[in-house]
Amino acid sequence: MLTFVRRRIVSSAVPLVVVILGVFCLARLTGDPAKLYLPLSATPQMREDFLARNGFDKPLIEQLWDYLEGLFTLDFGESLRTGQDAAGMALRAFPATLQLAGATMLLAIVGAVLIGSWAAYKPNSLADRLSGLLSMAAASMPDFWFAIMGVLVFAVTLGWLPTSGVVGGPEVWVLPLLTLLIRPFGVLVQVVRGAMVSALSAPYVKVARSKGASEPRVVFGHALRNAAPPVLTVAGDLTVGLVNGAVVVETIFGWPGIGKLMIDSILQRDFAVLQAAVLITAVTIFALNILVDLCHALLDSRVRQAVTA
Amino acid sequence: MTVSEQKKGGDSMTATLDTAAQPEDARSQAGRTRWWTLLLRDRVATAAAVVLLLVVLATTLGQLLIGDLDTKQNLRATNTPPGFGHGWEFVLGSDALGRSVLARLMVAGGTSLSVAVPAVLISLIVGGAWGMWAGYHRGWRENVSMRVADIILSFPSLLLAVVVLYIFSPSAANIVAVLAIARIPVYLRTARAESAELRGRLFVDAARTFGTRSGAVIVRHIAPVVAPTLLTVATVDFCFVMLAESSLSFLGIGIQPPDVSWGLMVAQGRQYLQTAWWTAVFPGLAIVITTVSATLLASWFRLATDPAQRWRLALPRGRRGRRSAPVLPEVTQ
Repeated sequence: MLTFVRRRIVSSAVPLVVVILGVFCLARLTGDPAKLYLPLSATPQMREDFLARNGFDKPLIEQLWDYLEGLFTLDFGESLRTGQDAAGMALRAFPATLQLAGATMLLAIVGAVLIGSWAAYKPNSLADRLSGLLSMAAASMPDFWFAIMGVLVFAVTLGWLPTSGVVGGPEVWVLPLLTLLIRPFGVLVQVVRGAMVSALSAPYVKVARSKGASEPRVVFGHALRNAAPPVLTVAGDLTVGLVNGAVVVETIFGWPGIGKLMIDSILQRDFAVLQAAVLITAVTIFALNILVDLCHALLDSRVRQAVTA
Repeated sequence: MTVSEQKKGGDSMTATLDTAAQPEDARSQAGRTRWWTLLLRDRVATAAAVVLLLVVLATTLGQLLIGDLDTKQNLRATNTPPGFGHGWEFVLGSDALGRSVLARLMVAGGTSLSVAVPAVLISLIVGGAWGMWAGYHRGWRENVSMRVADIILSFPSLLLAVVVLYIFSPSAANIVAVLAIARIPVYLRTARAESAELRGRLFVDAARTFGTRSGAVIVRHIAPVVAPTLLTVATVDFCFVMLAESSLSFLGIGIQPPDVSWGLMVAQGRQYLQTAWWTAVFPGLAIVITTVSATLLASWFRLATDPAQRWRLALPRGRRGRRSAPVLPEVTQ
């Protein structure tokens, strides 16, 4: 198993480097920061000074070298906007997103396994149809629209919840969490239900029943374990989507997370912060992908054999 | 389990055998009618198909009917609430510039659909074929493909969208390209996982033993088994792509004014939320209605294309809920 993890880490290192280089180049394609930070009346001299001060006058390859050198000493440069340490800004923003995404995925997976299994237990029953319809509606909900409707109803009209912000009790969590939760939950219920329907009609379930296993054991012990791999794959992808794209929720609710930081730095050409934010996200996603692969190997002995062989 | 149902299963089997013996064109004719009857038997799926058809008609033919109504400003009728008192064009109210919300919904829907449909098709075909190929061959082909998928997945698609927006013009075609590239890994991974598992199965071994080339094994033996899963993913993804496009437009890095999409309409209506809620509510509702009916139709389609599940649709409506699962498949298979 350790060899598997080591091999997986080594093979993942290459894409990580590609992402770092790609972000470096793509960010510089979005435009010239001097145009954004200097007044329209700036003289060519002022422009050159600005570029020289931030190191943008050097050839691209030298900028890249400086950047890579900085990586090894964990120095990501300074923000153009605030003058603060870029790595510090990204690290301060990251926990907010991580907390939100972690709580969301935990709730989504537990809820989806329970409701999806319940629906799959009797295909085409009333419970199945109802949960199917509701989960489809949830999976097809535009999250920004859901958030706006939530604000309209619960904050503006009823006044129960705050419209945005992170200061306060648990009530500030309700709308961002629900907004982020609704789509992964809907998708996962459908995936769990589909996988469980085919797992529950498999011959080994009949064997388990005939040897007298209790119904909870049949459903959660035998069927769920076989239904888990596709659920795991989808849940992993959804989590990546959450880490990568909590932008909408963070923008609407003023949540100071990595998504908001990323889009702000893209729009402001704040290259150093953008690179730090993308690097942190990319490292997290790679760790997550390895974790998902490991869980696959733990669940499925056929995969395990293929991995260790 | 009654005798009549046993007989029914037997009948349908002989029917299949009969059609198999008929000439090519007659068989396709029979296939078509069976699809229709299968669709009409499922009330929910029929309703979803009708709604989707209406959406497509409204966004294509409807646009021809409304003329320039979607851009015509009427400053004496700004923020008209929805209702029948102001003529048919203001049934869904008007926005802050007095433009008909209904007409704008039609035009915006056309934009949204013309982004989502091509993006899904491109990523489905490219990602599905690539994934089956990678999973079937395993080895370095699989490793390289998975790493490419990892790269694309961990790359912030927002950054890609912004780069495209600044370097190229923010046209619908460029957004299609961004979304298609961003979604290829999803199909790639699903198809890879299924095909890697299938290649160890007996029927694939058998085909290989008979000397079938790998391309033919993938097309004839792997693809039909993987296809239902991929189609399910594609419909969930159709919603995702539509929502991604509207999110991008909502954030201001997707469709740009004067063009309009449903997401952009929500963004524009957001600032009038307290005075004119309908300008933000109706475009969102349009997105929900379209994506939900697409998902409903697709879940029916998945059932209908899966040989192991199709018997559920062929049952009389009232009996479907109560019957125990494992009986009929044994008869029909």
